[in-house]
Amino acid sequence: MDQHLKRNLLKTMVRIRLFEEKVEELFLSGVLPGFVHLYIGEEAIASGVCSALKKSDYITSTHRGHGHVLAKGARMDRMMAELYGKKTGYCKGKGGSMHIFDFNLGVLGANGVVGGGFPIAVGAGLSAKLKRTDEVCVCFFGDGSSNRGTFHESLNMAAAWNLPVIYVCENNRYAATTPTHTTTSVNNIADRATGYGIPGVIVDGNNVEEVYSAAKNAIERARNGEGPTLIECKTYRIKGHFVGDPERYRSKDEVKEMKALDPIERYIKGLFDENVCTIEEVEEIYQGIRNEVIIAIKFAEGSPNPEPEDALTDLYVMEEGIYYA
Amino acid sequence: MREMNMAEATLEAMIEEMRQDDNVFVLGEDIASQGGIFGQFKGLADLFGKEKVIDTPISETAIMGAGLGAALTGMRPVIDMHYVDFIGVAMDEMCNQIAKIRYMSGGQVKAPLVVRAPDGLINSAAAQHSQNLEAWFVHTPGLKVVTPSNPADAKGLLKAAIRDDDPVLYLENKALFKRKGMVPDGEFIIPIGEAARVRDGKDVTIITYSIMVSKSLEAADILSKQEGIEIEVIDLRTLFPLDKEIIFSSIKKTGHLMIVHEACKIGGLGSEISAMVAEECIEYLDGPIIRLGQMHVPVPFSPIMEKYITPNVNDIVNGVKKMLINSFENIITT
Repeated sequence: MDQHLKRNLLKTMVRIRLFEEKVEELFLSGVLPGFVHLYIGEEAIASGVCSALKKSDYITSTHRGHGHVLAKGARMDRMMAELYGKKTGYCKGKGGSMHIFDFNLGVLGANGVVGGGFPIAVGAGLSAKLKRTDEVCVCFFGDGSSNRGTFHESLNMAAAWNLPVIYVCENNRYAATTPTHTTTSVNNIADRATGYGIPGVIVDGNNVEEVYSAAKNAIERARNGEGPTLIECKTYRIKGHFVGDPERYRSKDEVKEMKALDPIERYIKGLFDENVCTIEEVEEIYQGIRNEVIIAIKFAEGSPNPEPEDALTDLYVMEEGIYYA
Repeated sequence: MREMNMAEATLEAMIEEMRQDDNVFVLGEDIASQGGIFGQFKGLADLFGKEKVIDTPISETAIMGAGLGAALTGMRPVIDMHYVDFIGVAMDEMCNQIAKIRYMSGGQVKAPLVVRAPDGLINSAAAQHSQNLEAWFVHTPGLKVVTPSNPADAKGLLKAAIRDDDPVLYLENKALFKRKGMVPDGEFIIPIGEAARVRDGKDVTIITYSIMVSKSLEAADILSKQEGIEIEVIDLRTLFPLDKEIIFSSIKKTGHLMIVHEACKIGGLGSEISAMVAEECIEYLDGPIIRLGQMHVPVPFSPIMEKYITPNVNDIVNGVKKMLINSFENIITT
């Protein structure tokens, strides 16, 4: 793996981490409306997978979607503005944290419904097949959503039609506040791939290079018309289900133990060991991203709020005859 | 003009639209090999291949969601839902995803897709294959809802729905598929949002759609012959957005309003129209509004019971007589 790519993998992870640490702080101080689900601890997955994609490829994301969207290349300032509910946000303040889109980057939406992305990804794959492009679609999903019916219907359909869809499971061990093993029939979500006749791959989701390699293989297969792959990334959700979650379902010791496997710290250590970068270079990366976060907040805070009547735009393309009250 | 049934008219629309736009394709259960359960897709796969006329697994959720994914990424899918009742299986896709995705994205994306959904009563299909669910979807911002009452409208509305850049629910009454009518030659479109005045009259306005249009016309003829009452019949054709102009102008003329649909009366579209008229032009009403719709039970299997719960021509005739007897003028003078 070339050194440029390694540095970029680190940058992407740090970009997600610093963005979200700031978002958590802003939310707790009451600046941001709504509610927020953090991806902290799972950054290696979005970073590894999206680094193996082209700009024209598609992704579907989840309620815990900041990482996916940033890793696909989204602008931090417009994301922050969306979280503030501002007019300059990606969705002009109509989507918020759980529904961020950047269609130009192939982001077919974060999704407020758990498991909502499965069939949408099938459709993106179907388009690629019908239009004979070589685009693929990655569907990010959690362990919890693999118990939804959409999982079954969509994986069967994508497999039956040999579509270029890659299903990436982020198994963070909790379905909202319920430990996954207490509600799931298999130990590994990847085992379910067998039921659809597609490869199921398990990787260490806190190892960004391992994720990248698995994604690269699966994407290549998909582009070659060999159909879908299910990749299960074993990871851990360091933060609660949402910011403010009292986390009564797990011990502080467990969280502490899992923090030791932090994907970013581990990767930095590895990069030092391999002499890919120096402490100064890492500090430079952090400093650059800290500045990006500051600029993003300035942008968001300096941006206008939407006008109340803006609520009545963007619903229909062809508005002839439409009324709103 | 040529005579054809409604299934043939929709098929002609599909063929024309698939010919003029490569991005139009169909997906649903039993459509390619079998030609659709009502013959509405017969021969389509022979013309366009099974890549564009796709037989899906029995997976309504994935069919609907995949249709959305395809629409977002440049295709114009027509999704066949087999029976409108089965949209229940895919309500998240229909109402949480399809209806909302453009809005939630701040207008970044569009979802140009059509959901075709056969509805209504036919041959004692019983509770899970007989419903009229338009009110669910009219109540959901982000969707457009259309429903034809005859072959010509079926063709023109389907073409408009396919060309529309927004998601359109196309409800087609099962009992109408085999019913024949004259269809104009050549290219034509029935614009979404335009109702039709299908019978002129001065005494009472009947607002109706789909299967109930022909029943309303039948009742109007009876009332004209027997009582000299002239009914104006409005075929809505589009249920959202409603053609308010034609509704209000007719009420201003007649002063009496009846709404007739096969769907359940309680919470049905007739309730919305009644309220809208009460809010916006009550001063033109000369009597109480009457709504006719199914009784509030699941559709029973027995033909005797099925018939009992559903409004028929007699109910319309009697309803009109009753509403004229109860007109404000009569109430005040007696």
